Amino acid sequence: MITPIDYFMGLSAVIFAIGVAGMLVRRNVIVMFMSIELMLNAVNLAFVALGRRVGSMDGQVIVFFVMTVAAAEAAVGLAIIISLYRGRETLNADELNLLRW
Amino acid sequence: MAIDLLISAIKAIVVVLMVLNLSGLLLWFERKGSALIQDRIGANRAAIFGVGRRLGLPNVGLMNTLLADPIKLFTKEDFVPNGADRFLHSLAPFLALFPVLITFAVVPIGDVLEIGTRRINLEAANPGVSALYVMATLGIGVYGVALGGWASNNRWALLGGIRATAQMISYELTIGLAIIATVVAYGTLNLQQMCHLQGGVWFGWLPRWGILIQPVSFILLLTAGMAESKRVPFDLPEGESELIAGYFTEYSGGKQAVFMMTDFAEIVLVSVLVTTFFFGGWQVPWLYPNGFHFPGGAHLGLPNIVVAILGIIAFWLKTVFFCWIQILIRWTLPRFRYDQLMRLGWKGLVPLGLANLVVTAFVVVAVGAK
Amino acid sequence: MPLWLFIFLAVIAICGAFGVILQRNPVHCLLALALTLIDVGVLFVGLGAETLGFLQIIIYVGAIMVLFLFVIWLLNLQIEPAPNAHLALKFFGSIGAAALAAELSVFFFNAQPVSGVATIPGTYGSVESLARMLFSDYLVAFEVTSILLLAAVAGAIALARRMTGAALTRTPVEGEGVVRARESGS
Repeated sequence: MITPIDYFMGLSAVIFAIGVAGMLVRRNVIVMFMSIELMLNAVNLAFVALGRRVGSMDGQVIVFFVMTVAAAEAAVGLAIIISLYRGRETLNADELNLLRW
Repeated sequence: MAIDLLISAIKAIVVVLMVLNLSGLLLWFERKGSALIQDRIGANRAAIFGVGRRLGLPNVGLMNTLLADPIKLFTKEDFVPNGADRFLHSLAPFLALFPVLITFAVVPIGDVLEIGTRRINLEAANPGVSALYVMATLGIGVYGVALGGWASNNRWALLGGIRATAQMISYELTIGLAIIATVVAYGTLNLQQMCHLQGGVWFGWLPRWGILIQPVSFILLLTAGMAESKRVPFDLPEGESELIAGYFTEYSGGKQAVFMMTDFAEIVLVSVLVTTFFFGGWQVPWLYPNGFHFPGGAHLGLPNIVVAILGIIAFWLKTVFFCWIQILIRWTLPRFRYDQLMRLGWKGLVPLGLANLVVTAFVVVAVGAK
Repeated sequence: MPLWLFIFLAVIAICGAFGVILQRNPVHCLLALALTLIDVGVLFVGLGAETLGFLQIIIYVGAIMVLFLFVIWLLNLQIEPAPNAHLALKFFGSIGAAALAAELSVFFFNAQPVSGVATIPGTYGSVESLARMLFSDYLVAFEVTSILLLAAVAGAIALARRMTGAALTRTPVEGEGVVRARESGS
């Protein structure tokens, strides 16, 4: 039996929600970053599934760009994390609070 | 449907078994071959219950490497170092072996086989984009090495692991560039299609093998492949005289055997890739699906099954030839220093690969076909 | 794709995703994320996007995750201590995420179905069709993306470079509100 498209979207929603939970619950900055990657991939999955349903390649092209941007973002984000660690010696998001009230 | 599944399963099992057997044989090549090159005797003691000793069989060293060594390795005590991550330490060797083995799924061993009305493609799996699959599995292969070094709770192992990972991802780039240039020259990503395109002749007698179209890519792929599998002269991560054994210092027994198997399976993998891309894969010169057509005009008709078997034999002969070349290179050249290695990868091979790609693209557009 | 295969892959993906957010050792989180990403790549291949599936594995698992691994090594991260902190945050965070998942699922399952059955051309998901679209309809985005990657490389190197010498001692000059540009050694 062929899986209906709703199932793919449901899976995408669940993975996205797990990514959101990771961002909210975890305090380690690198694990929060990994949750962001989870969310991005959930969205990629939704794009490809819908592109397949409609029959056009637009979904895949958009996913291509999302992947590229995610790679660039990962590089810069990790560089920022390295700088942060060098300055503050901690990776706990609670302790990185200089800009907070 | 069930027959198709069975045929796929048989193809997959046959390929994996052939690779593992060839890896074992390569171990023997290595020990005795290196002994010949270094003007010494090598392994020559073991024999089963003294059988063959009078005939001089132990001198060949087969019992040693094929029977005694594996038995010793697999029955040794299997331990996890104190303070190491148990799960990762046990997982790392298999994580290193798995991607190497699954790459063989897309390698075409032979032409399409016709049994009755069924056409069987002698390739375990045939996605449209096989070359991308090869690159994907090469990328996954980094993890086993990285985690093996890190999970050992040993700073020299970690150093070896970091070096190995950096080396592997650097030379992956060169492999990618070599593959892309070949893809541009052939116009297809499918490995079986590339082997088909290497049939036929030029000027009536020269086989259309890939090495004549892309010689630079061949050198790039061979060099980067040897660097990727961390063979001498690129084996600083193993560092036999510096880091003891680098990333697999803390491994003994079965897990070390799996790491060794990964090393030899990667030799076979690089040989197989070089054969498929540049030496016609299963193509025998002047052999067409209906028989031989020699340049002089002679024709020898052969049934399809004999053609297929000749193709398979040719494929494995070429592969063994390149395995032998890699072993020769190992025991001839000294080891690169780490900065020399990185400099060669990034400042030497990558620009060469890029230039090759640009020139190939120009030539392909200028010629206007294929 | 057949239903049994989808359920198998979905279970692996969800287990991997939970592994990412629940594991205490960052390297275990990374392995779980690599598993999830490979699984999503396989889902792409199953949906007909072959090129994209393998590209996902090459880019994400082969490059980005290795970058993460290097950073974790470099910073020598330890296992997160004190799992019993922030209980209120964890409780409400989990409930919020579960509510989000439920709401999205309800929305997707009750959405208007796309009319008609789409015709999938034979070259769907091949490199040719992807490249054709990239170089015709999305050419500007493609070129801008290459500039973006260049900027990201430059930015990452500038941010993560080890500052030595004159940059380590920051002396704010009297009367100027601007910190002078750093000179980093080597």
